[in-house]
Amino acid sequence: MIYFDNAATTWPKPPEVSAAMVRFMEEVGGNPGRAGHRLAVGAGRAVYAARQAIANLFHVGDPMRVVFGANVTEALNLALHGLLRPGDHVVTSSMEHNSVMRPLRALEAQGVEVTVVACSPEGMLDPTQVEAAIRERTTMIVLNHASNVVGTLLPVAEVGRIARRHGLLFLVDAAQTAGAFPLDMEGAGIDLLAFTGHKSLYGPMGTGGLVIGRRVDAARLRPLKQGGTGSRSELEEQPAFLPDLYESGTPNVVGLAGLAAGVGWVQRRGVEAIRDHEVLLTRRLIDGLLAIRGVRVYGGLVAERQTATVSFCIEGMAPDEVGLRLDEEYGILCRVGLHCSPAAHRTIGTFPVGTVRFGLAAMNTIDEVDAALAAVERLAGGAH
Amino acid sequence: MSGPSYIVILMPSTSHAIHAEAVLKAAGIPCKMIPVPRQISSDCGVCIRVAREHREPARAALDAAAVAWEGMHEVGDAPSTNGSDHIVL
Repeated sequence: MIYFDNAATTWPKPPEVSAAMVRFMEEVGGNPGRAGHRLAVGAGRAVYAARQAIANLFHVGDPMRVVFGANVTEALNLALHGLLRPGDHVVTSSMEHNSVMRPLRALEAQGVEVTVVACSPEGMLDPTQVEAAIRERTTMIVLNHASNVVGTLLPVAEVGRIARRHGLLFLVDAAQTAGAFPLDMEGAGIDLLAFTGHKSLYGPMGTGGLVIGRRVDAARLRPLKQGGTGSRSELEEQPAFLPDLYESGTPNVVGLAGLAAGVGWVQRRGVEAIRDHEVLLTRRLIDGLLAIRGVRVYGGLVAERQTATVSFCIEGMAPDEVGLRLDEEYGILCRVGLHCSPAAHRTIGTFPVGTVRFGLAAMNTIDEVDAALAAVERLAGGAH
Repeated sequence: MSGPSYIVILMPSTSHAIHAEAVLKAAGIPCKMIPVPRQISSDCGVCIRVAREHREPARAALDAAAVAWEGMHEVGDAPSTNGSDHIVL
């Protein structure tokens, strides 16, 4: 079996991830911050270790600015619903996932103005068009760091500088890049970084969060929920400090124990080394697909300027048929269709049919790429 | 009369206490995480205990790392605070 659906979730995970989760369940298992006994404190330490690991990875000085949640979608919702008010204007791109688009459309119905800057058919964003879209009421720019459809990297550092110049908050959806691409939050001018734990951080599903930069006023960022935090139990009002303001209810500590182990694995292997490996695989995959008659590949077609996610179509064969035959006949698992990103597919010209997406990651090998190319070639040959 | 032998530092949350512990250990200040003594607060969480002679170095290390803390207490004495929203119950 060849697993090429890593853009949805990475698999397999490093063995130390499940080992850390089992260790937590069997040896710790307390509720963090809810008591002073050793198992509660042990759970608190597990959460703190994950916070520290994320802070180190993104070059964030203060681990208390890392707020955990269920996934990147929850983090994006917190940032968007928490900060945008009726009358505010927000700028985004036409390559966004629905985890950004749907909250923005919901906010639009409440009076937030939204400008979607068109990207090129290759998925490229021109930063000058972002700057041109800024108005007097603009308060935020939100972008994905890389497309989940074609892997194209958006120019976050350039847009970060634009945001700073205009005094705007800059929210980045790092779902596809956290762990796979070096990310320096402060260096890139990012104020809010939304990440997921279960992709290139190699943690389990149900983990993710938002890193809240120093330029963000927590008094303005409304929490999505209120509730028990284990702190300030004498008060019926939500604590005003980070991270408790945004972390009500018992957290997914077993997941965070796994996430810390996943980030540890990424750090030991090295983000740069992972990136080099993925560029190698991506280049081989793109070049191989381009050489197959009847295959059209989408995106910028330059491995260095994208993640290890590649979208393509076989002429004369619907993506869902390609996906089914790759699975059943060749044991190759991928994702076909619209990938929760109708805007991105409109941009690259593949709406509403979608594409076949190969999402590669650190665990994949050259041999797997070659086997997949041979399978696509056989399917494409039969499609004519 | 022998005075208290240690200082307890109240923190906003367990997360802060664990963070403070890491900062103090990195600064070479011996510390221990303990349940909050009943005579100081009815809070059910934990706090940081340091030796009395480490009170000022601990304060300096926490402030340098911008770790929020709520109060420093010599057990049995009146609480002193850092001026933030300290609570005595």
